[in-house]
Amino acid sequence: MATQTVSERTAKRMTFWEKLYLPEIAKGMTLTFKQMLKPSLTRQYPEEKFHPEASYRGRPVLVQEEYGERCVACGLCSRVCPAIAIEVQAGETSKEKERYPEKFEINMLRCIFCGYCEEACPEEAIVMSRDYELVFENVDDAIFGKDRLLVPVAQLQERLEYLRQYKG
Amino acid sequence: MSATLWYWIILVVKVLVVLHVFLIGAAYVVLLERKVSAWIQDRVGPNRVGWRGSLQSFADVLKLVLKEDIVPENANKFFHRLAPLITITIAIAVWAFVPFFAPIEIDGTAINGMIAPDLNVGLLLLLALGSVGVYGIALAGWASNSKYSLMGGLRASAQMISYELAMGLSLIGLLLIMGSTNISDIVTQQSGYWWGVIPKWNIFVQPLGFLIFLIAAFAETNRAPFDLAEAEPELVGGFHTEYSGLKFGLFFLGEYGNVIMMSAIMSTLFFGGYNAPWIQDIAFFQGDATLNKVALALLQFGTLSLKTVFFVFFFIWVRWSIPRFRYDQLMNLGWRVMFPLALGNTVLTAVVLALIEGMR
Repeated sequence: MATQTVSERTAKRMTFWEKLYLPEIAKGMTLTFKQMLKPSLTRQYPEEKFHPEASYRGRPVLVQEEYGERCVACGLCSRVCPAIAIEVQAGETSKEKERYPEKFEINMLRCIFCGYCEEACPEEAIVMSRDYELVFENVDDAIFGKDRLLVPVAQLQERLEYLRQYKG
Repeated sequence: MSATLWYWIILVVKVLVVLHVFLIGAAYVVLLERKVSAWIQDRVGPNRVGWRGSLQSFADVLKLVLKEDIVPENANKFFHRLAPLITITIAIAVWAFVPFFAPIEIDGTAINGMIAPDLNVGLLLLLALGSVGVYGIALAGWASNSKYSLMGGLRASAQMISYELAMGLSLIGLLLIMGSTNISDIVTQQSGYWWGVIPKWNIFVQPLGFLIFLIAAFAETNRAPFDLAEAEPELVGGFHTEYSGLKFGLFFLGEYGNVIMMSAIMSTLFFGGYNAPWIQDIAFFQGDATLNKVALALLQFGTLSLKTVFFVFFFIWVRWSIPRFRYDQLMNLGWRVMFPLALGNTVLTAVVLALIEGMR
């Protein structure tokens, strides 16, 4: 016996009404018409911004306390970064054994937003923010120094709470 | 002023009005297509140019005009240039035979409802012009000297031949009942009512004929689900693969022009044309007979436009609901379903008419 083609097999399964095409087409048209009346899901982006949840991994930032940055320039984030985007140069503070980042740079063209730096950080000093609008006009602009990385702790409360709750 | 002068003035005004309504209408049909497709897919559609995207089509035209016009090196330059012109000419020419309002007479000057004089073979001419439209596509496919274009052109011609038959046959039943190929005659005959309520539209006596005509109209205008001539998954752009700039724009306009044209023909033949049932019997301006006539003509023009818009919407709605037919399915449907059905419809109408005649 010759093998059946797919269309032959489906043709056998179809009832008389289905073979008429038109009732089925009418069904499909009803569906699309109903779809037309539903509101659209589009967000008018530049006017209507997207507000991510605390779990969102946006641009990594440094937490700024009243006394200065939390970062102690241990360099763990720099070591763990798979994209080698972070460069830290430590400097001595006036206190014994304590250091601070003299230079802390993240190359945002290299950053892949994996969040490893945040996970590795022993001081909760570097966290992922909600900032997703990253536009640069040249390569130099894409390298963020401490001036652009430091964000007051008040603005990062939700992310820090999220980390305390879920960070393993 | 002399009668001849009036005749020419009225003719030029009619041509200008129809041409502008057609061209601007086509631009808005493109916008409607994009909007309806967006609504069906839960999107918004163009909304940046003008109020809610109302000027989008004009921006697109501007873009097409500014684009470089590339002609393939091995193309037949003359026919490559001629093809889009044929398409657009046919799409516009057909408007001469569509009656927009009932003939009126103001101060002894008779104004015909259509551009062309009242032709007795109007319907045949309409069908003939519709068939010439395929020359544009077939020529475009052949003259481009490209495999994809040629395949698109061939498909278009094969499809047209298959569906032209069903289309012509589906109208024979209608012609048997109407007993005339004069289009304004056909429209006038649809102006009455059955039992004083139901408008005498042909759709009620020829539902099968209308269905066949509708499906054939989709194939004739190369619209989905029968747009095999430009099936982009297989043929890149089909017959217009090698066209760019304003020439592509003409094809684009031609496609939408054909959709509007077919919608107008369907409204005219099956849905009472310019007749606005119930409303047109009211005399709005009792005192002024001339004003009343003009108001009636405008109302009828508006009615035809409304019916046309509905069918245009239907064309678009179908396009975004039904997937494209496979080529063998297309031919199967054309020759083994539509053709016998159209023949059967003709025979049935003839038998019923003969029986009615015999009973008298």
